[in-house]
Amino acid sequence: MSVRHALLALLSEGPKYGLQLREEFEAGTGEVWPLNVGQVYTTLQRLERDGLVESEGDGQDGPQKGFLITQAGREELTGWLLTPPDLASPPRDELVMKVLVALRVPGTDVRDVIQVHRRYLVQLMQQWTRIKDTEAESDLNLALVVDAELFRLDAVVRWLDAVDGRVKRAAADRLAGSPASPPDTKNAQDTNSTAVAGPLPRARRRTGTRR
Amino acid sequence: MRHVSRVYGQGAAKVQALHEVDLDVDAGMMVAVMGPSGSGKSTLLTIAGSLEDPSSGEVRVCGEELTKLSRNAKARLRRQTIGYVFQDFNLLPGLTAAENVTLPLELDGVPARKARVAGLAAMAELGLADRASHFPDMLSGGERQRVAIARAVVGDRRLLLADEPSGALDSVNGEAVMRLIHTACKRGLAAVVVTHDAQLASWADRVVFLRDGRVTDQTMPAPGPESLLTPGPRQPGPGQ
Repeated sequence: MSVRHALLALLSEGPKYGLQLREEFEAGTGEVWPLNVGQVYTTLQRLERDGLVESEGDGQDGPQKGFLITQAGREELTGWLLTPPDLASPPRDELVMKVLVALRVPGTDVRDVIQVHRRYLVQLMQQWTRIKDTEAESDLNLALVVDAELFRLDAVVRWLDAVDGRVKRAAADRLAGSPASPPDTKNAQDTNSTAVAGPLPRARRRTGTRR
Repeated sequence: MRHVSRVYGQGAAKVQALHEVDLDVDAGMMVAVMGPSGSGKSTLLTIAGSLEDPSSGEVRVCGEELTKLSRNAKARLRRQTIGYVFQDFNLLPGLTAAENVTLPLELDGVPARKARVAGLAAMAELGLADRASHFPDMLSGGERQRVAIARAVVGDRRLLLADEPSGALDSVNGEAVMRLIHTACKRGLAAVVVTHDAQLASWADRVVFLRDGRVTDQTMPAPGPESLLTPGPRQPGPGQ
């Protein structure tokens, strides 16, 4: 979450004081992202240093000091709105690591590990849904933030469901005597392939890139 | 449900769809049953709705043990006490929305005028008052499912059974469907919603997880929403 750009967005509506910015920030994010007043003033100082906002009043820091956005600030804000966040490199996801590790630890049933996490996620989703049912009904900002959380958690549950299905199928394939990984014999012509079929290098490839 | 099992086929073709399932749903509660395809979710629902008998075990609805009821008594229970909501709505295309809603009451012998009053009241509660004389093909997907819910709760129903009730609806309409079922529960209905969708399941008071015909887990009562809205560090997840 860019506090810097959120403050620019609030100032694009007109000049505001520091405390006012804090209140409007929290209200605008459905009060899900708290912001302390020190963080507001530190950010405003940096924005002023970079020429993106100007202060008004007698130059003394304090609650009576107002801020307004500059032309450079407006351009910075527009540029930020139109720049997609970096979603290209997969984050090092702790849950993905736990599931991959669970596949290797002797005596561990990966499906039991998956279920512990699935239950936790669904319980968390139940809590967010309670908020949607009660407080978010009349608060569009809060409803949007809650939706974002629910979709994010839902995606993780779906991934766990997919892991469950793949692990079950791989076990059935092993019982039936066929290899779980894609058989190289099908790609006999691809003799130059550098792909390694073992689980660890594949896991590394999938999660190795970090932001 | 107590020790409910359901077996299909015999010998090598034997399939154990449900295995010793215990499930309690109190009045006013919504329970979601989650599990992958083939985990026994739909079998559980059809047995709870007396549309199918268990191979063994006991099923009670409002105190009545289903396996001890005659066919006629079961049919009456289905008409009067249990409402069903299906993925594909199952509305009769030749009847208007209001006629679809009142059909179970009329089949049960309720006079047409009285049935219509009850039907229109149920539709009004679901925001369908101006759709009463529309035929199903004149309604949107979301409206059709609301009609189906009105049909499932009309009269004095006590148990609502829903199989993937948001079906192919988009997320906003799917949420509207869950809100309606949730509201019906607040009025005292018991509901069982079968789904593989965690967002829908999260409307339930309790989520039961089914795997290979067995209940393997369920959610604990969740802490209140305050824990997510209070400033400060979030609660850590398991093992983090």
